[in-house]
Amino acid sequence: MTASPRPAGASWRRSETRLGWALALPALGVIGLVALFPILWTFWESLHLHDLRMPWLGRPFIGAANYVEALSDGRFWNALANTAAFAGVAVTLELVGGLVLALALHRVSRAGRLVRTAVLLPWAIPTVVAALVWRFMFESPAGLATGVLERLGATPPTWFADALAAWVPLVLADVWKTTPFVALLLLAGLQTIDRSLYEAADVDGAGPWRQFLEITLPLLRPALVVAVLFRALDAFRVFDIVYVMTGGGPGTATESIALYTFSTLLRNLRFGFGSALSVIVFAVAFLCALAGIRMFGASAFQDRSA
Amino acid sequence: MAAIALKRVSKVYPTGQTAVRDLTLEIVNGELLVLLGPSGSGKSTVLRLIAGLETPTSGQVLIDGRDVTLVPPPRRDLAMVFQSYALYPHKSVRENLAFGLRVRGVDAARVDARVRETATALDIEALLERRPAQLSGGQRQRVALGRAIVREPKAFLFDEPLSNLDPTLRAGTRTELALLHRRLATTMVYVTHDQEEAMTLGTRVAVMRAGAIEQVAPALEVFRRPANTFVARFIGSPAMNLWACTCARVGDGRHLVSPAFSIDLTGIDVAVPDGAGVYVGVRPHDIDIVPNGEGNGAGGVEIVEPLGPVTVVHLRVGGLGDDFVRVVVPADSRIEVGDRVTFRVRPDRLHVFDARTGQRVIDQHGR
Amino acid sequence: MRARGWALVTALLVVAILFPLYWAVIASFTPDSRLFASPSLVPRALVLDHYRALFGGRDFWTPVRNSLVVAGATTVLSVGLGGICAYALARLRFRGKAPVLAFVLAVSMFPQMSIVSPLYLLLRELRLLNTYPGLVLPYLTFAMPLTIWLLVGFFRQLPPELEEAGLMDGAGRLRTLWEIVLPLSWPGLATSAILTFLYSWNEFLFALSFTLGPERYTVPVAITLFRGQYQVPWGQILAAAVVATVPVAAIVLVAERRIVAGLTSGAVKG
Repeated sequence: MTASPRPAGASWRRSETRLGWALALPALGVIGLVALFPILWTFWESLHLHDLRMPWLGRPFIGAANYVEALSDGRFWNALANTAAFAGVAVTLELVGGLVLALALHRVSRAGRLVRTAVLLPWAIPTVVAALVWRFMFESPAGLATGVLERLGATPPTWFADALAAWVPLVLADVWKTTPFVALLLLAGLQTIDRSLYEAADVDGAGPWRQFLEITLPLLRPALVVAVLFRALDAFRVFDIVYVMTGGGPGTATESIALYTFSTLLRNLRFGFGSALSVIVFAVAFLCALAGIRMFGASAFQDRSA
Repeated sequence: MAAIALKRVSKVYPTGQTAVRDLTLEIVNGELLVLLGPSGSGKSTVLRLIAGLETPTSGQVLIDGRDVTLVPPPRRDLAMVFQSYALYPHKSVRENLAFGLRVRGVDAARVDARVRETATALDIEALLERRPAQLSGGQRQRVALGRAIVREPKAFLFDEPLSNLDPTLRAGTRTELALLHRRLATTMVYVTHDQEEAMTLGTRVAVMRAGAIEQVAPALEVFRRPANTFVARFIGSPAMNLWACTCARVGDGRHLVSPAFSIDLTGIDVAVPDGAGVYVGVRPHDIDIVPNGEGNGAGGVEIVEPLGPVTVVHLRVGGLGDDFVRVVVPADSRIEVGDRVTFRVRPDRLHVFDARTGQRVIDQHGR
Repeated sequence: MRARGWALVTALLVVAILFPLYWAVIASFTPDSRLFASPSLVPRALVLDHYRALFGGRDFWTPVRNSLVVAGATTVLSVGLGGICAYALARLRFRGKAPVLAFVLAVSMFPQMSIVSPLYLLLRELRLLNTYPGLVLPYLTFAMPLTIWLLVGFFRQLPPELEEAGLMDGAGRLRTLWEIVLPLSWPGLATSAILTFLYSWNEFLFALSFTLGPERYTVPVAITLFRGQYQVPWGQILAAAVVATVPVAAIVLVAERRIVAGLTSGAVKG
């Protein structure tokens, strides 16, 4: 006996639908206005020539010309390479550091509110504050870093004037700021591992290193994947730290892709070209995220509350 | 006070799962109707359909003849006692009780009076200012009951209200619910998977399986004349014995014949043709252990379960398959594991079911 | 014993984490003349010069006020509007829910840098550059999706029977939301509020792009744009950094458990 579908529970279902939309629309409206609309605009704008320094040129449609220019722009590739290198090094350090910190916090179970607060502080303060504090420590000729190295007998570089050395405080600042966040994610993952697995391994005679490799790491994989993906995406978009610490310098030695986009947009006022850069950045980030998810499995993102 | 009716109600979820199929049920004004069945039978879904917490995919729900299928729960004037009690954790017991009345705009004085009345009736006045977290399971259950009673609704809906209780409290609360029904004389729909609860509380029992009603009748009738093999096995503890056999003509009369026994059907009308396969059902209480040679069949005793008032004996009988034959014997019987005994079924207590359809096919005059 | 080894590691890590902050605090109380001379762990002279200059000459109160207003308004709007939206998405039945959730997720993934220019042009059109709404609105682009995600997860975890009991008792959806759901949701609402406030207080890119003068700079922008007459005024910068950090530290101290719960609920990006 087939059941004929009821016309959408008429009055009651309709009023619940109306209420649902009424509650949702204010938020969605705001998001639509200040997020969706600009995003669409960016895509559209990237196909035009729009240079606010030369308003007499108008805003002609030039198709993919901006993209072509971007891809043949040496400074673009330089920025991209800088960003990729930065992301690679920083995320690796954060992962290792975060793992060590997470393991430590997990063991010292009575870590206490003060310890947890201390660990959270770097994450919680403004990025520019972190950048300034680290810049201060690496100032030449008399900053802390210089002083310590001299006392150890080494000759320290002029950090921010040296194309390679400038990366050191940058990476350190980023690692300092975000390792706690990674540690938190991993700690949550650690806390879901059943203690009896370790007890069984003890009985089986496996040592702590063995247990780490064969129990902890595999079971921590979902948390590791989430941590790596989020951090990689964020590292790719790095802006605050670079702007404040080096301004991209010396020259463009430490310019990140986000910084280059920013300069193009709000210093050089080349909106069309800058929009194309934005789209490229978004596309790369998005594809990396997709690739990451596909490689490591979408299970890491399961909505646990459904 | 209300009569509730479900007409050809179905509930199919978007996943394709069918919870209720084409179900029709009339609940009489003032009765306590039990929806009984195993998990997944759809009984809770039926309750929720009556409450309005789910809408049927097709069919109608009527209260006092009025079609309420499209009416949302707040306007159906029914009260529900949830399995988990669902007390508002951030409100005191008093506020929990008062909520339903307050929402309806009843004036404060009357609300107060009703709350006090109900609290006294349920013996929870001392708890009025406490929060649910400070109450024991039994106390919470009373508050849940109170919240329903205080509103004087058209009907009460109970969703397995005893299953979260300590087993020691269950029997007592069960009795109180029966007394409550008698006192309030309001229609009640009660969902449970416990057949003992169903039998003791229900005016009528609706046995459900896989989204459909197998039988709806007063408790005693469901016990004495189960409509099919499912109901027969579900009701009664220990479960009814069911054996496959054939209805054959032996001499002048008909017998139920199986490799293990032959039962004389004189005076009993079984509505199947000769040679048809049937299931014969006999409750463990309706089998007697008799001296050798006088019974219908014999078997070896494999398990003896002394329950206190009676003892359940499990026999392995050749030719009856892997299932044990369960027999209830007096507590003082001296049967032991390993004994070989003969059993006899009481011929006036047979149940016979068609082997193909599972439906009851026996009529015993005067029963 | 193993445990003691880990305790030592933890202590070392905590020291390493706190050290830069300690150094900055000490420096903020160190007079200019000694800032770059032989650095030592224990300060020898402590002065309030930088703080006085900060609030006297530089008028640091203005950026602090601006940050408070913007972060506060963003939090209130985000939790208020986002909260009811999240409830509708979590509990009410209506068509189009899944695409809405996907839409919210997609928007939150979009890098901020990519929408700076259109937002700039939009705000310029609306004459909202260098105003409070001109910052609050862009902030909502990341605050609202964050809040919605957090609260949808949170609402879904509330036992549905509580709302069903409310319905059976005769309360409509809105009443149930107000009297039953919201009082029980304050942990989730608090977490959303705290995280939103922190993100807004720390935000830099939009504040840098959409404010045009010191009267509307927020704290991060103001600190970054400090200019000295002859040299970088590190003393004042670090004093400002300390001032910027104090409210944050207070919030973290009070609410660290909530923050951790919110961050690890699986829906949040660093």
